[in-house]
Amino acid sequence: MTGPSSPATTPTTPPPAVPAPARAPGAAPRLRTPRVRTARRHTAGRPRRSVLLTVLTGLVLLYSLVPLLWLVISATKTQEGLAGSFGLWFSGDFALWDNIAETFTYNDGAFTRWLLNTVLYVVAGAGGATFLAVLGGYALAKFDFPGKRAVFAVVIGAVAVPGTALAVPTFLMFSKMGLTDTPWAVIIPSLISPFGLYLMWVFATEAIPAELMEAARIDGASELRTFFQVALPLLAPGTVTVLLFTMVATWNNYFLPLIMLKDPDWYPLTLGLNSWNAQAATAGGDPVFHLVITGSLITVLPLIAAFLLLQKYWQSGLAAGSVKE
Amino acid sequence: MTTLHLRGAAAERRTSRPPSPRRRRSWTGWGFIGPFVAVFALVFLAPLAYSVYLSLFRDQLIGGTTFVGLDNYQQALQDSQFWASLGRVSLFLAVQVPIMLGIALLVALALDSGRLYGKDFFRISVFLPYAVPAVVASLMWGFMYGTRFGLVGDINDALGVSLPDPLSPDLVLASIGNIVTWEFTGYNMLIFYSALRVIPHSLYEAAEIDGAGQLRVITAIKLPAIRGALVIATIFSIIGSFQLFNEPSILQNLARNSITTDFTPNLYTYSLSFAGRQQNYSATVAIVMGLITMVIAYAVQLRGMRKGA
Repeated sequence: MTGPSSPATTPTTPPPAVPAPARAPGAAPRLRTPRVRTARRHTAGRPRRSVLLTVLTGLVLLYSLVPLLWLVISATKTQEGLAGSFGLWFSGDFALWDNIAETFTYNDGAFTRWLLNTVLYVVAGAGGATFLAVLGGYALAKFDFPGKRAVFAVVIGAVAVPGTALAVPTFLMFSKMGLTDTPWAVIIPSLISPFGLYLMWVFATEAIPAELMEAARIDGASELRTFFQVALPLLAPGTVTVLLFTMVATWNNYFLPLIMLKDPDWYPLTLGLNSWNAQAATAGGDPVFHLVITGSLITVLPLIAAFLLLQKYWQSGLAAGSVKE
Repeated sequence: MTTLHLRGAAAERRTSRPPSPRRRRSWTGWGFIGPFVAVFALVFLAPLAYSVYLSLFRDQLIGGTTFVGLDNYQQALQDSQFWASLGRVSLFLAVQVPIMLGIALLVALALDSGRLYGKDFFRISVFLPYAVPAVVASLMWGFMYGTRFGLVGDINDALGVSLPDPLSPDLVLASIGNIVTWEFTGYNMLIFYSALRVIPHSLYEAAEIDGAGQLRVITAIKLPAIRGALVIATIFSIIGSFQLFNEPSILQNLARNSITTDFTPNLYTYSLSFAGRQQNYSATVAIVMGLITMVIAYAVQLRGMRKGA
């Protein structure tokens, strides 16, 4: 799997869902994978569907979905209902709407605040990470510059270090810089996504024909203009994939904010939910398990929705990252 | 500092792309890669260097901060708490990772076989837990594990049995393994499935002409073809196991007696620096752990790539 044109190494890009931008004729077929997908099995004849195999795989499906079902059902229960009824069925009173209202208002609307914080971290952190990755991936794919190999070696080498080895020193550094307990402490480390850089590098290599960049330059376009008007539109599908995965990483982040933030006013949802859960364990604390559960459901929904709506993008993005050897 | 980052790294390491046609060497590229490199230096390189620096000092009540050379490392190597936590995550690695990757591979092969009803529904549903934050996954499972008003308690009441408490000290590691398996089976399944999809069709036709059965196609064509994906997934899982933190840290509130502050190496370094105020020693333990992880990940990579190549 080494040839640049073998199907195995071509990043499998989704068929453009948005109207495709101008594309060099030679580049277009490479970017489409449905051909690979559909061409594969028809000569051998469609294999017979197997009930047995479906049932067996169904066990894994149940394993994956039952906990989520439990979460949805439990979110409809009052605190008493949680304790007194069977977990996988509804209890007498349907308290979902009350729970949602209480989740947002409990503790002077702390949950609302955490939700807004999370949105801030995701927009600034994941948005910034994606932007840096697109710029960097474009540079690695389309330019030859002094120190390129060194940049590469250092990024790869440093990333092999487990992130937690860096957590304590990062905290100490940031605390000397006065950044801890501010949103910056969460946003700045989120800005680096080597996975995103890698994906954009692979993607830009395939998606931007050199002739097109040459043509733009001959027309007198500046480098910046070439990037924004020629390259960026071609990079759109890869950009969405990177954005989705950095969003998940930021939205679900727990360790980094746990270390960096003391002030609950800056908590993201993950930290806030955990603090509500911990509340019950402290002496004299108010147990609010029904709010922890409803809050968990609200925390999960946006990402599940994003994954379902943007299926085409992330599945191909993962493919691009995983088949590389 | 997420697993995603490390994923990219492992993938990158094995990549050797032939250079694409390039223009003259110039500094223009720096204008685009510069911002990434600057932030990278701030959040990766500087802390790494600082970490090594910290590990060479010791902060004492009497005498303040003094240079101690490699004393901290010597202490770490003789630290029974550290080795116990490493043993725990190694056991976790040896049991949980094969189960998770095994299930993921079986589901990927089932999807790829084309013999399932409702394939797309299977693929997306099994993947969904990946979108659930570790915090929510741990809280959710933690509640379900409850013998009083969790699902385990319900089953006990309904069937009149008394299942062992999943959060008891004997079982809590297995219970954490279950949470991690739930979270990441779908993700690994998707990596395998993506790799299976790009196997050239002609190979199957050839196998069919040779009269190879399903099982033979799997062992002779499919598994060798996705070896790279298998190795990558294994490496990510090793790194993930050694870095285990979120799930035990969150379950602590529900199982205080079962999960000690030195349950995993990461929990240990965390409690050393934030509860114990031993930041120098904590940095040392983190570096030792990082080195162990890198060595094992690298060994797996070498072995995996050589096999049958």
